[in-house]
Amino acid sequence: MMFASDFAAIVPILCVIAAGIACLLAEALRQPGEQMPIGGLAAIGLAGAGITAALLWGRNAIGFGVITADSFALFVVLVLVAIGLLTVLFSPALIARDELPAGEYYALVLFGLAGMMLMAMATDLLVIFLALEVLSLAVYVLTAIRRQAIGAEAGFKYFLLGAFSSAFFLYGIAFAFGVSGSTKLDRLGSVVAAEAMNQSPLALVALGLLLVGFAFKVSAVPFHMWTPDAYEGAPTLVAGFMSTAVKAAAFAAFTRVFLSALEPLRPSWAPALWAIAAATMILGTVVGVAQTNLKRMLAYSSIAHAGYLLVALVAANDVGKSAVLFYLLVYGVGNLGAFATIALLGTRDHANDDLDSFAGLSARHPAIAAAMAVFLLSLGGLPPTAGFVGKWYVFSAAVQSGYYGLAVIGVLTSIVSIFFYLRVIVMMYMAPPAEVPAPAAPSRIAVAALAASVLITFYLGVLPGRVVELASRSVATIF
Amino acid sequence: MLTTLIFLPLAGAILLLLLKGREGRRDGLLRWLSLGVSLLVFALTLVVWARFDPSSADYQFVERREWIPAFGISYLVGVDGISLFLLVLTGFLTPIALLSSWASVHRRFAEFAAFLLALESAMLGVFVSLDLFLFYLFWDAMLIPMYFLIGMWGYERRIYAAVKFILYTAAGSILMLVAIIGLGSLHYSATGEYSFELQALQEIPIPPNLEFWFFLAFTLAFAIKVPLFPFHTWLPDAHVEAPTAGSVILAGVLLKMGTYGLVRFSFPLFPDAALFFAPYLAVLAVVGIVYGALVSMVQPDLKKLVAYSSVSHLGFVVLGITALNVQGVQGAVYQMLAHGVSTGGLFLLVGMLSDRRHTRLIAEFGGLKAVMPRLVAAFMIITLASIGLPGLNGFVGEFLIVLGAFRWDPRYAAVAVLGVILSAVYMLWMFQRVNYGTITEDENAALPDLTRREAWVIGPTVAAAVLMGVLPGLFLRPMQPSVERLLQRVSREAVVTAPASSGAGLQAGPVPHAPIRETAGR
Repeated sequence: MMFASDFAAIVPILCVIAAGIACLLAEALRQPGEQMPIGGLAAIGLAGAGITAALLWGRNAIGFGVITADSFALFVVLVLVAIGLLTVLFSPALIARDELPAGEYYALVLFGLAGMMLMAMATDLLVIFLALEVLSLAVYVLTAIRRQAIGAEAGFKYFLLGAFSSAFFLYGIAFAFGVSGSTKLDRLGSVVAAEAMNQSPLALVALGLLLVGFAFKVSAVPFHMWTPDAYEGAPTLVAGFMSTAVKAAAFAAFTRVFLSALEPLRPSWAPALWAIAAATMILGTVVGVAQTNLKRMLAYSSIAHAGYLLVALVAANDVGKSAVLFYLLVYGVGNLGAFATIALLGTRDHANDDLDSFAGLSARHPAIAAAMAVFLLSLGGLPPTAGFVGKWYVFSAAVQSGYYGLAVIGVLTSIVSIFFYLRVIVMMYMAPPAEVPAPAAPSRIAVAALAASVLITFYLGVLPGRVVELASRSVATIF
Repeated sequence: MLTTLIFLPLAGAILLLLLKGREGRRDGLLRWLSLGVSLLVFALTLVVWARFDPSSADYQFVERREWIPAFGISYLVGVDGISLFLLVLTGFLTPIALLSSWASVHRRFAEFAAFLLALESAMLGVFVSLDLFLFYLFWDAMLIPMYFLIGMWGYERRIYAAVKFILYTAAGSILMLVAIIGLGSLHYSATGEYSFELQALQEIPIPPNLEFWFFLAFTLAFAIKVPLFPFHTWLPDAHVEAPTAGSVILAGVLLKMGTYGLVRFSFPLFPDAALFFAPYLAVLAVVGIVYGALVSMVQPDLKKLVAYSSVSHLGFVVLGITALNVQGVQGAVYQMLAHGVSTGGLFLLVGMLSDRRHTRLIAEFGGLKAVMPRLVAAFMIITLASIGLPGLNGFVGEFLIVLGAFRWDPRYAAVAVLGVILSAVYMLWMFQRVNYGTITEDENAALPDLTRREAWVIGPTVAAAVLMGVLPGLFLRPMQPSVERLLQRVSREAVVTAPASSGAGLQAGPVPHAPIRETAGR
């Protein structure tokens, strides 16, 4: 029976992988010109992952000693399923428009998600690394899937810097193995805790290298350089997927490693992470103000949001851990929604992603403009949207640990960020309409996905009680 | 009751957006529907007033529900004598603002009315929230509809004004967010549970240095909203560029949220810091009184003149609050209402003039008395009310405030009285240039007088100004217990004398409204 419970923990991942293989097979069996609902396969696989993750809730299944399905991991898995489902719902229209290979596209999204889920569930540094590579490879290819110069450049840049950061991470694992003789997090944690008084420099080197590796993946300053280029070059929806799902997975692992195994070293890493969080929030918003391309603006805004998540991580209390979970959901829905809206407005030859091309959008597409406004207000953290509760949660964590300075930097940068989100709203609602190539009318499914995202944004902003409760219980029993 | 009150306008707004036809079809229906909803809300606020127990200092109509239990955040609303009339004022001004825009808003009326109703929901929510999280939610949520109202239906520089408005006020209030979280966290370390309820937070000990910073964070947010000199620079832009309805709501209700916040949150939550900072606030207030009046005097633009006069009038309110005696605080609350009515009325009249002439420059008018006698008559009453003529609403508040300030420190009162005189100068001078003399511009000779609709807009405003001037006791009596409860918490006497005699010290003055009624009734 040991065997069965080992597999129980990874059933959600298996669902996603199975769906990915099914997508590839469907593409291979498809006659040229034949329509096939490949996206439906992807959606079914994700729904299966969501249901099995919900069924695993509270069982704390352990898989092979290196994977855990605790409620923290499952919460992140559910967030990933939500992001994945929304992505899949937005995709069909864009695949048809850009003539992307549907089967490969969905398979890459699903394999990427499988890697992300594994990363959230892993309790062994090597498995985290494995997951990191799985998800990264999928996302590198997705970035360049349009086979245009800008996409290829973005994909290549992302690949080089990503490989670089992976090397840091792997080197960090090697040092951690040197310290504890194991790559398992609990073993590393107990060794580090036992030597808390007399820490070997090896442990600190491992800490530093792992920190750099994670900082790359969550695009924290000063390791954020790849982000704007990669997001700008990637297909818009893929950029939305990257900026939300990858970040969710990376933050899950980041939180697990730093707040469990490396918790005893907190005096060493807290000041460094404090500075990184502050710099990330400040640089993300200040440079964001100067952007006129919406995708680049959202790229810098996603850097700033990584900063807010780091604030919760620095706080390192129970509120902070659950704030990470809640914020990932809030940010995921809002950011993916914003990117998807831009994607829906593009045409095959014109991305229509400059600020000017949004002029007068509320007259041309009132519903899309309204949805975009809601997402932007949520990203800006204004009530009654989800973003407000997310910021509240994060800053509560900071204040509870006495980090008033970080909280003040956070609220001030969020005001600056409101400035650039508002610029888009000004364009959409208050500027005379611009002459832009008209996009195709959005499909029903895409509109439904937009509506769902808007509803989630308001639901989490007005009645966040149950999800907050869930998030705070998810971390209570773990570490 | 209060929940219905808060969310009824929002429901109306959603209904409007659902019913909206393409390209302005069904506009007539939407207009009546929006007016109907806002009148229903007004009726409900009157019901609250009628059923309010004026002898009690406690919060009434209290509703409490668990909301985000993990953070001890509850949905907790209630009214006391201070917030009661701000509710009524909000309910009163919203239908008037809507009706005033029937002719001037041609484009996208459904959205306009929906934003206005959503704004009303948020404003009502601000005045009844007794949980700081809930309060902050409404406080910030209010910015969004106002931003769209200014930015989409305003005058030429509307976008600049809208962005300046939202950034200024949001930047001010965001530090308050940190302070609110800090208070909740202090409650957690004191009791082991989170709470953001106002009354629970008043019970916990706050370390003096934190109290100092928290007070400043709260007060900065409120001072920008008031706006207290020197934080007023957003106000002229926002007021001038906003559509008439926006200006009415902005001046009538939104500015009061600043002063209301001082009375409801800053002072009772941080009494020691409040006592320490009160003189500084008072200095800023009297500077604002005189500065606002002087700047008003030289404005060529009617709307700007009224906007700067608000800086001066709101300076009185802050002075009354910082006086921290019954007369001062009661006068301050009364002046909030009076200013809402009379400045709202002034913006309505300016809007009517600018609808007719498409200019707001004083120099373009002159001699209107002969052309539109009824409009000018209303203009005169509202002007006199704004100046503070006895028998009209402005007098009661300013008199009580000056009296309260005098009892605290005569120097403030002396400077403030200067503001009363100056207000007569700039208002009467403006009135004379606009309405008397010969008709200089040909377009002015044939301007139509008040229409039926406009009479319904300005009539209730004039009536309210007279009612508040003649029967101040109607408004002052229900406030008194709540004001006294505030003063028991934040009391200068308690610091100077023994705590036991603090209550007696407060009661020592003359009963506040008895002498006023005498003066006003003459």
